Amino acid sequence: MRYWVTWLEESDRQILYLINRRLKCSVLDWLMPTITHLGGAVFTIGLFIKCLASLLQIREKLHAEFVLRNRLGGSTLYLIKKAFIFIAILTTFAVSGCGGNEAPGGAEGTAPNQPEQGAGGSILISGSTALQPLVEQAADVYMSSHAGSTIQVQGGGSGTGLSQVAEGTVQIGNSDIFAEEKEGIDASQLVDHKVAVVGIAAAVNPNVGVDNLTSQQLIDIFTGKITNWKDVGGDDVKVTLVNRPKSSGTRATFIQFGLKGQEEAEGVTQDSSGTVRKIINETPGAIGYLAFSYIDGQTVKGISLDGEAPTAENVTNNKYPIWAYEHMYTKGEPTGLTKDFIDFMMTEEIQQGIVSQLGYIPVTSMKVQRDAAGNVK
Amino acid sequence: MSISFPYLLHLGDSEGRDHTLSSPTKQQDSWWKEGVGKVLTTVSASILILTTLAIIYFIASKGLATFFSNGVSLVEFLIGTEWNPEGAPGQFGAFPFILGSFIVTVGSALLAAPLGIGTAIFMTEISPRIGQKVMQPVIELLVGIPSVVYGFIGLSVLIPFLRNSFGGVGFSLLAGILVLTVMILPTITSLSVDAVKRVPRDLKEASLALGATRWQTIWNIIVLRSSLPGLLMAIILGMARAFGEALAVQMVIGNTTAIPKSLLSPSNTLTSGITLNMGNTIPGSAYNNALWSMGLLLLIMTLIFILLIRWISKRGQA
Repeated sequence: MRYWVTWLEESDRQILYLINRRLKCSVLDWLMPTITHLGGAVFTIGLFIKCLASLLQIREKLHAEFVLRNRLGGSTLYLIKKAFIFIAILTTFAVSGCGGNEAPGGAEGTAPNQPEQGAGGSILISGSTALQPLVEQAADVYMSSHAGSTIQVQGGGSGTGLSQVAEGTVQIGNSDIFAEEKEGIDASQLVDHKVAVVGIAAAVNPNVGVDNLTSQQLIDIFTGKITNWKDVGGDDVKVTLVNRPKSSGTRATFIQFGLKGQEEAEGVTQDSSGTVRKIINETPGAIGYLAFSYIDGQTVKGISLDGEAPTAENVTNNKYPIWAYEHMYTKGEPTGLTKDFIDFMMTEEIQQGIVSQLGYIPVTSMKVQRDAAGNVK
Repeated sequence: MSISFPYLLHLGDSEGRDHTLSSPTKQQDSWWKEGVGKVLTTVSASILILTTLAIIYFIASKGLATFFSNGVSLVEFLIGTEWNPEGAPGQFGAFPFILGSFIVTVGSALLAAPLGIGTAIFMTEISPRIGQKVMQPVIELLVGIPSVVYGFIGLSVLIPFLRNSFGGVGFSLLAGILVLTVMILPTITSLSVDAVKRVPRDLKEASLALGATRWQTIWNIIVLRSSLPGLLMAIILGMARAFGEALAVQMVIGNTTAIPKSLLSPSNTLTSGITLNMGNTIPGSAYNNALWSMGLLLLIMTLIFILLIRWISKRGQA
């Protein structure tokens, strides 16, 4: 049963790929000149008929002929207009359809000139939605410089990514947490590639009047022992917790390194970081946890922990302890395009470029390392 | 295919009898036409049936695995209040989800039913002209709004309003009920309109002729006697929609896995529990199976709703 489902999914994906990337372009390549010719032909015939009609008009000035001419002329003009609109629409369509992955001049059927010969082929990546934007952008950059390679990036969550890469459905599975931490995954057959680091800050509504908490205070707030901000030196506002779902990778990281493994009390729960930020911003006394890229200091404020501010620099030397690797898992050692793309992710161009721009911390700037059990060295 | 097979056999039989009546070529032609039509419709029907059966089988096999493979007791799942599937040992009390689902469903039906039926009576009995010109387009518009938009409006307008009026976080059962009320209102209204319209004109005229007032006629003849089954069906269909709605509710209910203390405390529903966690869990793990069990529970509830509807419509015909 499972085999068939996997097989079906795989063939479905291939068909889709074939239609989208290959068939659409080749069909349009063939169609466009034909349509252009057809348009020309329609135009020529139209002119011919018009001339014929005027000739007729000159030769026999009969009322019936006038009618014929008017009707013919009108309809031809109409046809020509229609043909032009049709061609214009189709041209736009063709350009938008093939422009993404075809070199200039593709519509004429010339061979696309490849600036750099990549490994070729196509791979599928799925998993963590936190890592998805980074991988998507990197894949775009990679594909624009490696014609002939196709990298599809999907979301679905860390669990989906890990299980799909273990099944072999995708070549790379993105995850926010170590595969060892997920129940039901055979981590021994997966190879870990840490491509970025994400810092997670306790984020508060700016009106609580607190900038810094000790680790113990943070634990007491999240476990429900402290229920008012005045107990930690803030204003007299009730604490409102904003959590993530029990299965979330961000939550796992925050609990492990922020709360020293203690379970947080029940609170409002939302999955998407954007929604969490919105809730914290709008609810007086709200506290939650967000990746650094979502902390802007105005709508929500990042809390310093034991005097250490939640900054990239403090994460690289582990002074600020709440951070996690973003993993790209492969089944066995990667080869071909998969290996090429993961190597590409680790280049300084990507690490110092897209990775930093999107608010992640380059894994190459880390001065410490951490293993799956949480030991830092 | 086992479903379509007897049909095909039957089809051959009837064509065989036709053979004696018409010339061979004409018979062949009509057999071809008749056969294609029958095969096409039969195949469509059997694909639909097979898909439904496959879905039920899939959900059931995954959902029951929680109890058979992972050893969670059904009693714990249904009435346990601790939900921590990744703990050691995992706790699988889904009662907070079930309770939340039922409260929002019943609550929204209680609010939407009088509104919907009232609107329906207004549209058909009191002022059909306004009903046709104004109410009908408004209802169609409400049906067309995607649920994520309802959720977003709830999140941006309703939640701050509730927070400012009642205090607390704003994310609450009440918010879920209000959003769902607006969402199921068009369903209930349009089905109620159909039910009220089906009441025979003779009955109304007889009632009026006997000296009953307009309101007496509406209440006793239309609502309580003739269209009651139809109205109940409208309410149940609305409840079924409310029970299955995931996105809009998830955005406003707060998703707190705890027994709600009041209508103003955040809660959780089966659907939002599934959507929030499905992507992050590993297929085959106890957590994932527990989510399937919640899906199975939703399916069973839907079946119950359908059975209820059938039962009521049968009673209505009798």
